[in-house]
Amino acid sequence: MSQADTPVIELKNVHKRFEQRPDLAQRILALTGRPIDRRTVYAVNGVDLSIKRGEVVGLVGESGCGKSTLGRVVAGLHRQTEGELLYQGQDANRLRGAGKLAYTLGVQMIFQDPQASLNPRQRLRQILGESLKVHKLAPPADIPGRIDQALTEVGLDTEYRDRFPHQISGGQRQRIGIARALMVAPKFLVCDEPVAALDVSIQAQVINLFMDLREQHGFTYLFISHDLGVVKHISDRVAIMYLGKIVEISTSAEIFARANHPYTQALMAEVPDVARRGRKFTPIKGEIPSPLNPPSGCTFNPRCPHAMPRCREVAPALKEISAGHWSACHLNEASA
Amino acid sequence: MANTPNPGRTRTVQPLAETPRRAAILKKLHARPTVRGSVIALAVLIILVVFAPFFAPQNPYDLANLSLMDGRLAPRQALMDGSIAWLGTDDQGRDMLSAILYGLRISLMVGLSAVVLATAIGGAIGLVAAYIGGWVDTVLMRIVDFILGFPTILVALVLLVVLGRGVDKVILALVLVQWGHYARIMRSRALQERRKEYVEAAANLGFPAWRIMLFHLLPNCLGPVMVFATIQIATAIALEATLSFLGVGVPITEPSLGLLISNGFQYLLSGDYWISLFPGIALLVLILSINIVGDRLRESLDPRRA
Amino acid sequence: MSDILLDVRGLRTAFHTEAGAWLAVDGVDLTVRRGEIVGLVGESGSGKSVTGFSLLGLIDPPGEVVDGEVKFKGTDLRKLSEEQMRQLRGNRIAMIFQDPLMTLNPVLRIGEQMMEAILTHEDVPRAQAEERCREALAMVGIPSPEKRLKSYPHEFSGGMRQRVAIAIAMLNKPDLIICDEPTTALDVTIQGQILYRMQQICREHNTALIWITHDLGVVAELADRVAVMYAGRIVESGPVEQVLDAPRHPYTKGLLDSMPGATQPGARLHQINGMAPSLAGRPAGCAFRPRCINAVTRCTEQAPSVTTEGPRSYRCYVPIAREAQ
Repeated sequence: MSQADTPVIELKNVHKRFEQRPDLAQRILALTGRPIDRRTVYAVNGVDLSIKRGEVVGLVGESGCGKSTLGRVVAGLHRQTEGELLYQGQDANRLRGAGKLAYTLGVQMIFQDPQASLNPRQRLRQILGESLKVHKLAPPADIPGRIDQALTEVGLDTEYRDRFPHQISGGQRQRIGIARALMVAPKFLVCDEPVAALDVSIQAQVINLFMDLREQHGFTYLFISHDLGVVKHISDRVAIMYLGKIVEISTSAEIFARANHPYTQALMAEVPDVARRGRKFTPIKGEIPSPLNPPSGCTFNPRCPHAMPRCREVAPALKEISAGHWSACHLNEASA
Repeated sequence: MANTPNPGRTRTVQPLAETPRRAAILKKLHARPTVRGSVIALAVLIILVVFAPFFAPQNPYDLANLSLMDGRLAPRQALMDGSIAWLGTDDQGRDMLSAILYGLRISLMVGLSAVVLATAIGGAIGLVAAYIGGWVDTVLMRIVDFILGFPTILVALVLLVVLGRGVDKVILALVLVQWGHYARIMRSRALQERRKEYVEAAANLGFPAWRIMLFHLLPNCLGPVMVFATIQIATAIALEATLSFLGVGVPITEPSLGLLISNGFQYLLSGDYWISLFPGIALLVLILSINIVGDRLRESLDPRRA
Repeated sequence: MSDILLDVRGLRTAFHTEAGAWLAVDGVDLTVRRGEIVGLVGESGSGKSVTGFSLLGLIDPPGEVVDGEVKFKGTDLRKLSEEQMRQLRGNRIAMIFQDPLMTLNPVLRIGEQMMEAILTHEDVPRAQAEERCREALAMVGIPSPEKRLKSYPHEFSGGMRQRVAIAIAMLNKPDLIICDEPTTALDVTIQGQILYRMQQICREHNTALIWITHDLGVVAELADRVAVMYAGRIVESGPVEQVLDAPRHPYTKGLLDSMPGATQPGARLHQINGMAPSLAGRPAGCAFRPRCINAVTRCTEQAPSVTTEGPRSYRCYVPIAREAQ
């Protein structure tokens, strides 16, 4: 496979579980015969995903679905419990030295909370210049110039370089977060709800910035969001996640035109739309289940309006229901 | 990329100068205990302490100066050599004013050193425990729990009996019994900060662990530690005074305020109050002003309040 | 008898600093009829939440309501004593907050808090009050209400807590509920459930709502009328379909155009350049002028007053004309 064909990121059956290991006190209690309360959060439950160079894949889901965890696994911030993560064809976990650094810097994350993602005690120029200094990516004399260049590229006045994060607005902080990632010349950006905390009019500015950067630098994005409108606008492909699994994935146009999985359909119906007036709400019932205790069989079955007995027993696998359109639902088999 | 389609000078709205309840609201905003008095007191004390040799009529540590004939003179009486003891003399013939000035020096030095060292050691251990986590965290924190499980004075007493008297040994003892508190405070704050995204971002940028701990975590965890440290200066001074009072602290030849108070204790009931009272007042003023000023200092150190 | 429930004229709320007092709410006029749902839309810093709090007299120093009339069923709330206001709050006018933990005391059981809300305003036997609480929980769709009355807030999920907050607000069958971004922090499918309940409750009990939000989509689907706020002023208001289909104020149009749905996927989104001004940095004249593409000289000199067009109104010297739609 040539370099151009190798997917930038490939996930194979990736699982991520957070186990709360009992501490000393609980272990001593266990000696008395009391059972240990071992809590496991099943954040990511077997995800396969392949992202090609230059692609924008939108990852949609609600809280607890594991999309943020998956993003962090891709960026190397969490290590997966099971499964393989390939960066440009190589096992990311086996990389060492220069290869590991290339992966760490090559996959950069843009965080959700602009306030928490910047060190409150560093001035903007320090935030931006630090990576250049630490990894010797530029001679010290060039660093101020590179900082100014980065500020301009994300649309900020260079006179901001001496400010602290609390002296700029939320939208501007998010731009700094993006500029910081750009400093290390990444290839892949994991954007974890990057516009969720911003006002609507600022969202548009930042989304445009993402699109401009993609055009200029050829970045690949994993765009995580709960906002279907934003995802539809910026993504080539869209994956819907529910409780640790991808339940549907296809091109953006296809998913929005012909949503197959009942959860996707419910999501689309629920998203408030300016064009719809005086809607009669018919929401789906039930609470979002906790990843501590996923339901058996298809994880969506307690809330699914079309649930069959089979759904409680067997978890459906992702099947290709039409060209490039995959969905995990037993209903599809009935008509096959 | 200019963001505004109509840049250029924009007149901004003028603030309202008066509203029905503005005066009352502003008054409440300003109601804060006056710090000025404490700052002045502390400044005076520090100047006195630093320049003690100039202010003190006599060097109380120079045994050659002392004469038992001058012992237990009431305030404002003259000594053998003609100088006036404004605050009286103690049983050794030491001028109280000089003794207090030099004693303040010792107290302040002991307090500051103990706190600085304990902060450095305890803070470092707490930071490392929080960042690395796992069994390192467990082991370190159990050590802290163990040490802090004993009553402070008891441990200090035992240590000093073993180590002997001396200012440096007192500092050592104070550090050993206190560092655990700093470790806990630093660790608890660091655990919170560690989860924040800027720390993840630093890891994402490939920074080494020591850099993240030192430049990213530490500056943001200092707040509660500093608050604690400023209060602890006073506690350390009080602790040293207690130990000296009990006879295991500083040697008699270099009396701290605590030792002076202890010395004078036996004479209180016979009417020679000044030997204990004046050092006691000095100690009180020192501790109080440190606490109040330290509190304000901590508030102003937060860049967000600037 | 007029069916106007709430009539606000010239509301001004200021925040005090050393340098002077800055108006967070600068001359807001708002009318709410019985059973009507009014959406109050704005971004952060627009003053929408402060407006909500001002109506109920919940502004604490350094804030101060400096001017205006807040007529509720003919009585000016600003002229009432604190004791009289207390009798109204939670009784005839209720409020739901963004963070349900603000409404719910974490150390008290739900049942206790709900009983307190009833017994403060009415002298009814405890058994009857408890029955009303149970009904209220059932009305908002909480399963096994008798058991849930004994639960603590932390035993509920975010969506459930917000439902409890709604139940508490509805306990005394208020005439008006002020909702400050109650679903912003909730997931989309849960938001759908809450909106469904609110709509049902309002229709059934003829309760009026002021729904404060930044989400135009929610307002479009839920509200009858909408008021758009910018920099402390209402820049446009009117029936929802009219305002959203044919906005007059450039800010409203800008907001609608900058939503992803308004542009082809993959194309550059329309953006409103610049940022909303801070409290102390509001431009003289029309506060939106620095960001407005239609601005003329007159916009710098004086802030536009309200122009009425039937049921609609707006503050603009160069409104977007009908033909331009």
